[in-house]
Amino acid sequence: MVAAAIEPLTADRERAVWAVLESVPDPEIPVLSVVDLGIIRHVRWVTDSELHVGITPTYSGCPATEVIRNMVAGALQEAGYTGAVIDEVLSPPWTSDWLTDAGRRKLELFGIAPPQRVVSKPRHLFRAHVVSCPRCGSAASERVSEFGSTPCKAHYRCTECLEPFDYFKCL
Amino acid sequence: MSTDALFSYLLRLGDTSLVLGQRLAEWVGHSPALEEDLGLANLSLDLVGQARLLLTYAGEVEGKGRDEDALAFLRDAPEFVNLTLAEQLNGDFGRTIVRQFLLDAWQLEVYEGLLQSNDPRLAGIAAKAIKETRYHFRFSSGWVVRLGDGTEESHQRVQAALSDLWRFTTELFVADEVDTALAASGVAPDLTVLQPRWLARVDEVLKEATLARPAPIAYQWHGKRGVHTEHLGHMLAEMQHLQRTYPGAQW
Repeated sequence: MVAAAIEPLTADRERAVWAVLESVPDPEIPVLSVVDLGIIRHVRWVTDSELHVGITPTYSGCPATEVIRNMVAGALQEAGYTGAVIDEVLSPPWTSDWLTDAGRRKLELFGIAPPQRVVSKPRHLFRAHVVSCPRCGSAASERVSEFGSTPCKAHYRCTECLEPFDYFKCL
Repeated sequence: MSTDALFSYLLRLGDTSLVLGQRLAEWVGHSPALEEDLGLANLSLDLVGQARLLLTYAGEVEGKGRDEDALAFLRDAPEFVNLTLAEQLNGDFGRTIVRQFLLDAWQLEVYEGLLQSNDPRLAGIAAKAIKETRYHFRFSSGWVVRLGDGTEESHQRVQAALSDLWRFTTELFVADEVDTALAASGVAPDLTVLQPRWLARVDEVLKEATLARPAPIAYQWHGKRGVHTEHLGHMLAEMQHLQRTYPGAQW
């Protein structure tokens, strides 16, 4: 008796899509994938053939949002998921707490101080934090400006090795 | 509550963010220091992003096929319903900061109220926007303190800006039939409740900045009913120039 071809489990099908998404870099910080950033909110099949991927913007005015959307659609298309639907998810709003651990390590290696996990505790959000220099590791740093080269970064300087660096803002 | 009222309300919020964002963008390349240039540009970007979410929703509520671009680029000044304060000229850096500070404090109260809205989409937009607005308020109030409690010259300039711009703040909290209808149906917060909170927030910073709060002014402007100062038309002429000259042009 020959067994009929077994349909892959839903979980396996979803994992395969997540793997494709992990190959899509953030256009501004290319060491991070869109999965590392925590902006992929869901991967699901509404029917057997209709795939939905939910993306949430980091900042409402972030110019990279549309680029990311197109890159995700392109990567899915290329991997054979034709006609995948991209959903824009606004609620709950993105927070830097959603950056994955792998993403935080990659950021630090890239020279950007990763955000601290403080947003889920709003009382801590606007206290002064110790931001360690991603180059020399010193905790002696000072904020130059709350705003940096992209909406998601602030501008810091290490007072030990004197190097300026970016800090991924807590939002 | 009619869809007309919801459309007007969304348009007012969206227009205020858009007009203020466009004003801030005029600073790009002209700010007193690079860090402040980036700061104002970042604020501008957030505000335009918030305007996009609000205007897109407004267009859908209206149901006449107008999208965010049609609403932003193809309406004339009398059809804009932003708060009059948002369209005021930048002036010097201190005046821009005072305008920003007053409106940041207002947006904080409005968005906080909208978190409780029974319109889930509007509550979602508010939840997104309020996180950005907290950053904005921290930036603008920090500068109000530094300039107010700074040198004699900086103190004089921001005090003059505050005294001049204060007359536009009456409009922020006077409810008309749109505000009343939305508050009654649980979509928007009651403006009379927000006003004392806003004033307390503003007072706290003014005190630290050694600035005197001007006396209340009964006269009310009507930007949110489409009656504007002369400045809005000039600003729109620049902002809409490309779409008006080359209709439908794509980036």
